[in-house]
Amino acid sequence: MKPLFTWSAIFAIAIASVIGDVLLSRAMKQVGDVHHLWDRSGLRTVIARILSNPNFLLGVCAMAVGFFSLLFALSWDDVSLVGPAAASLTFIGNAFAAKVFLHEKLDRRRWIAAVLVAGGVALLAG
Amino acid sequence: MLSHGMKQIGSISLHDLPVLFVAILNPWVAVGILLLLAFFAAYMNALSWADLTYVLPASSLGYVVLALTARFVLHEQVSPLRWIGIVLISGGVGFVAGGPALTSHTHPHETAPEPSLEDLALLQEGDAYDDEIVSAGEKRFAETPLDPVRHIKS
Repeated sequence: MKPLFTWSAIFAIAIASVIGDVLLSRAMKQVGDVHHLWDRSGLRTVIARILSNPNFLLGVCAMAVGFFSLLFALSWDDVSLVGPAAASLTFIGNAFAAKVFLHEKLDRRRWIAAVLVAGGVALLAG
Repeated sequence: MLSHGMKQIGSISLHDLPVLFVAILNPWVAVGILLLLAFFAAYMNALSWADLTYVLPASSLGYVVLALTARFVLHEQVSPLRWIGIVLISGGVGFVAGGPALTSHTHPHETAPEPSLEDLALLQEGDAYDDEIVSAGEKRFAETPLDPVRHIKS
């Protein structure tokens, strides 16, 4: 029963992190290039525009859900399993989500990069 | 830094949650939180001009820096499997860095799009036409007598 709980929590971490990353990315694309906006309107406008974006607020909430799922998973199993498994799943999940929801053009180069980094993180954090 | 600070404070039970707020006053924890905020700001800035699938692999270089710091600064042992992990991440970052940073649509507040070759050709044509007009104007100016009043009287 314990592995089931652990893997449920790992999937919850990955799903919440992917949702958070996609929402934050969409929010920042809506806000616009921060550097240009800062030059044109100042730092206060940049912060106000980011904090008033609904996608940003939802993204931060999703990140918080991911963080608490991580705490739950760590209370059930070792960090050497939870850390690399969640990080690798998040990388692969992000590649799919970015293609579907953000309409990013993922060529072979990007797919290879996602797989290499996911494998590398699994080996490094394990 | 967060880990070092929290180890100084000791384990916190669920009944003593207010101790978490006291933990923020620990200098190691405070600096750790500030660095986390700096990372988040840099991450958001990068997401404003680059794809998510570009920023995520690039930011994973942090894992490599962490492992190299552990090996060469803290003199920890790094296993062969971890060295393979470092090579894989570096390779992944190299792959993604060779391509364009932004492939999705541009956002509404973005600056004007890059001019196409046709636009540049039109611009050059316009420039050449302007040069012709200026040159004709200069020629007429040269032909005009220096004293316009005398010219009118005559």
